[in-house]
Amino acid sequence: MSTVKMTVNGKAVAVDVEDRTLLVQLLRDHLNLTGTHVGCDTSQCGACVVHMDGRAVKSCTMLAGQADGASITTIEGIAKGDELHPMQAAFRDNHGLQCGYCTPGMIMSAIDIVHRHGGQLDEATVRTELEGNICRCTGYHNIVKAVLDAAGRMKVSQAAE
Amino acid sequence: MGVEGIGASVVRKEDKRFITGKGRYVDDIKLLGMTHAHFIRSPHAHAKVKGIDSSAALKMPGVVAVLTGQQIVDDKVGNLICGWAITSKDGSPMKMGAWPAMAPETVRFVGQAVAVVIAETKNLARDAAEAVVVNYEELPAVADVHAAIKSGAPQLHPEAPGNQVYDWVIGDEGATDAAFSKAANVVKLDVTNNRLAPNAMEPRAAIADYDAAEEHFTLYTTSQNPHVARLVLSAFYNIAPEHKLRVIAPDVGGGFGSKIFIYPEEMVALWASKKVGRPVKWTGDRTEAFLTDAHGRDHVTHAEMAFDAQNKILGLKVKTYANFGAYMSLFSSSVPTYLYATLLSGQYNIPAIHAEVIGVYTNTTPVDAYRGAGRPEASYLIERLMETAARQLKVDPAQLRRSNFITQFPHQTPVIMAYDIGDFNASLDAAMKAIDYAGFPARKAKAKADGKLRGIGLSCYIEACGIAPSKAVGSLGAGVGLWESAEVRVNPVGTIEILTGSHSHGQGHETTFCQLVAERLGVPISQVSIVHGDTDKVQFGMGTYGSRSAAVGLTAILKAMEKMESKAKKIAAHALEASEADIVIENGEFKVTGTDKAIALPMVALAAYTAHNLPDGMEPGLKESAFYDPTNFTFPAGTYICELEVDSGTGKTSFVNFVAADDFGRLINPMIVEGQVHGGLVQGIGQALLEHAIYDASGQPVTASFMDYAMPRADDVPSFNLSHTTTLCPGNPLGIKGCGEAGAIGASAAVINAITDAIGTNNLEMPATPDRVWRTIHAA
Repeated sequence: MSTVKMTVNGKAVAVDVEDRTLLVQLLRDHLNLTGTHVGCDTSQCGACVVHMDGRAVKSCTMLAGQADGASITTIEGIAKGDELHPMQAAFRDNHGLQCGYCTPGMIMSAIDIVHRHGGQLDEATVRTELEGNICRCTGYHNIVKAVLDAAGRMKVSQAAE
Repeated sequence: MGVEGIGASVVRKEDKRFITGKGRYVDDIKLLGMTHAHFIRSPHAHAKVKGIDSSAALKMPGVVAVLTGQQIVDDKVGNLICGWAITSKDGSPMKMGAWPAMAPETVRFVGQAVAVVIAETKNLARDAAEAVVVNYEELPAVADVHAAIKSGAPQLHPEAPGNQVYDWVIGDEGATDAAFSKAANVVKLDVTNNRLAPNAMEPRAAIADYDAAEEHFTLYTTSQNPHVARLVLSAFYNIAPEHKLRVIAPDVGGGFGSKIFIYPEEMVALWASKKVGRPVKWTGDRTEAFLTDAHGRDHVTHAEMAFDAQNKILGLKVKTYANFGAYMSLFSSSVPTYLYATLLSGQYNIPAIHAEVIGVYTNTTPVDAYRGAGRPEASYLIERLMETAARQLKVDPAQLRRSNFITQFPHQTPVIMAYDIGDFNASLDAAMKAIDYAGFPARKAKAKADGKLRGIGLSCYIEACGIAPSKAVGSLGAGVGLWESAEVRVNPVGTIEILTGSHSHGQGHETTFCQLVAERLGVPISQVSIVHGDTDKVQFGMGTYGSRSAAVGLTAILKAMEKMESKAKKIAAHALEASEADIVIENGEFKVTGTDKAIALPMVALAAYTAHNLPDGMEPGLKESAFYDPTNFTFPAGTYICELEVDSGTGKTSFVNFVAADDFGRLINPMIVEGQVHGGLVQGIGQALLEHAIYDASGQPVTASFMDYAMPRADDVPSFNLSHTTTLCPGNPLGIKGCGEAGAIGASAAVINAITDAIGTNNLEMPATPDRVWRTIHAA
């Protein structure tokens, strides 16, 4: 057993876990943050994507201990109170989700994509960048639309800040 | 149409919880004292279970129990059932072997469970499973359908000699032979419809909780049809009587058919929770999904189509071998028969059809309904035949289709189905216009000049959906009725709850069903909530599959609404001292037509529940229910056209354009309908280009993770150009046909027709991987 200390969605936490505990298990089983999902166990589907120190990581593919001292943001931590993150709003407004299972990972990956590209995105880039997130419901059409829409919204909201 | 009524693209009510991480899926639920199950599964495709030694595992920390297949048999838990009886052409019933929830004696596919470990945590259960020693005696195995029916092949079940489940026929063989004898041309085609893994993104899961004092079970499960699950678990598996079993399907992360069925894991979890006296949770991982979720498709077919000298179709002969895997899953028997061969007329006038379907056991994962279920196989076959025929007869493929379209409705096909309505020319025209079909030769020539092989492919699909009239499916062997139920509860303050037997696992029912209420009463959808997925809350219902939730489920809601409105109008008329016939409902008010007299819905509701001043003899309350059984299947149809380029150097396919023109009848929420089409199209494209659940000759699965099975990803597929043509379905009052499966049914033929057009062959199997396409190009 080890104690893992980290900041999760802005709150400091310290959790005693078995050394083999995965980050996603810590989030889901110990912190009850069940918005982060497990869809494949092989780092392929991206349902488990969270942000570690501002970068998208697959939380099913790292040990909780590897996140010791890090700042983790999950799907539960991106809205500001009742105000949705622009990416969340864009997924809703563009019907970028159906069953919702891949959605948290999609949104977390998509935010990272927009950040990394400085908001300069086109359809081909979004499709290439979403390679690590699998959706079985939407056929990606509306997810791509949502990400492009959100890229614009995020630029506007950044400019406003 | 109001802003939130029928036809409005309202954003989904359910989205907020999913985009904020507040969805509640089975694996998100924790119960006090909950234990965790891990199944011990066969690594062999076919073997005798000679012994199970769990002594070491039982000594490990946190292990609560190790339970085996023999114990479940000893406790008289029933075997899994197949709910649709098929009769062979010789009059004999289908031949089925027993399928116990865990194998006591013989395993017949890799992944079949033989025992389960129950432990304090998931990790401890996994650890202990490693310590359970199962002694197997390997038996010869067979995975391929043709190998399985050869004499001397390994035999799976003594009940099914030659591994044959049934040899079933449909249509008029004599008439079809006569038609072929008059043919000017006969087109022949052999096609394989590749085996697919459904791969809903949420793996299956179950939590079973036994209350010993009440002798009552609660099951949380990933189900598309919780009432059917309860019925089967009670009536056939002897788990508990229905009133002692509550089945809850909370948020479910996609189904595509794979979550219709009642699997061994749910049964074992229920049984084990009583055995150990604590809640038992099982959550499958992705490899377990590949090994145990019912697969789809897997047909091998030879077909011949006869044409006269004017290129009119005279007849169709089909012989299909359907691979069922090692056991007959819940609805498996119906898929290659009544869901497949009844659609072999496609959109065409075919005077004579004869089809034979041979169902075969193999040492592979059981096969059952997967998005489209039989209809994709039929549509793929017919549309590949039409394209091949056009090339052989040297006519334009659009024109060949057009000249054979059914144009008069209703139309009785030679294979049971009576198409009620359609306009196949309209959808073909819309798709051809959208893709600029006339301009294709010029585009192809330009691509050629650039060194690319460009092709165009059509697919004019039809499907039978909204399944279906209970009497009809009963006469064909179904063990259940296929109606749907609904209840409308108007609360005393005027808010409304709709309880539906349909189940949403991505389809957006929480929005579309509210839109019907908004349309009829003029209330905002925020005043309406949808209750589904819990057998303790909702009256018996049949669930969601076969594109039936709008055509059947929503119609049931409409019927209940009509009853409720009729009573509410009486109350309003009484309060307003007006005639009931003069009451109209607008903007949430009951108005006396032609006057300014009105009473708002909440006041009507309150009057119903205070019951101080109701018409004489009227019962208090404002709640009505309805069971709706349709009079026919519905027949969504449309045309998909795919234009693509093939790189002859690599065999890689790149999409240029993909257009879809669908006739779904009335659309409730076009945004959601289009989302359904997008998703279906990508599953069809996935089948055409990427996906294949492969077994080696010994029955070992080769594709049991996302590392090996090629799921369509965002950069594999294009954006789509969708349009709609409309003929309203006469079979239900809303005119709805259903939209859930169309994309998966129609897309794969369009893709393969386009690739074969590009590279100049008629023979190309799915998935058309770059390797396979390259070899085909360079084999010539």
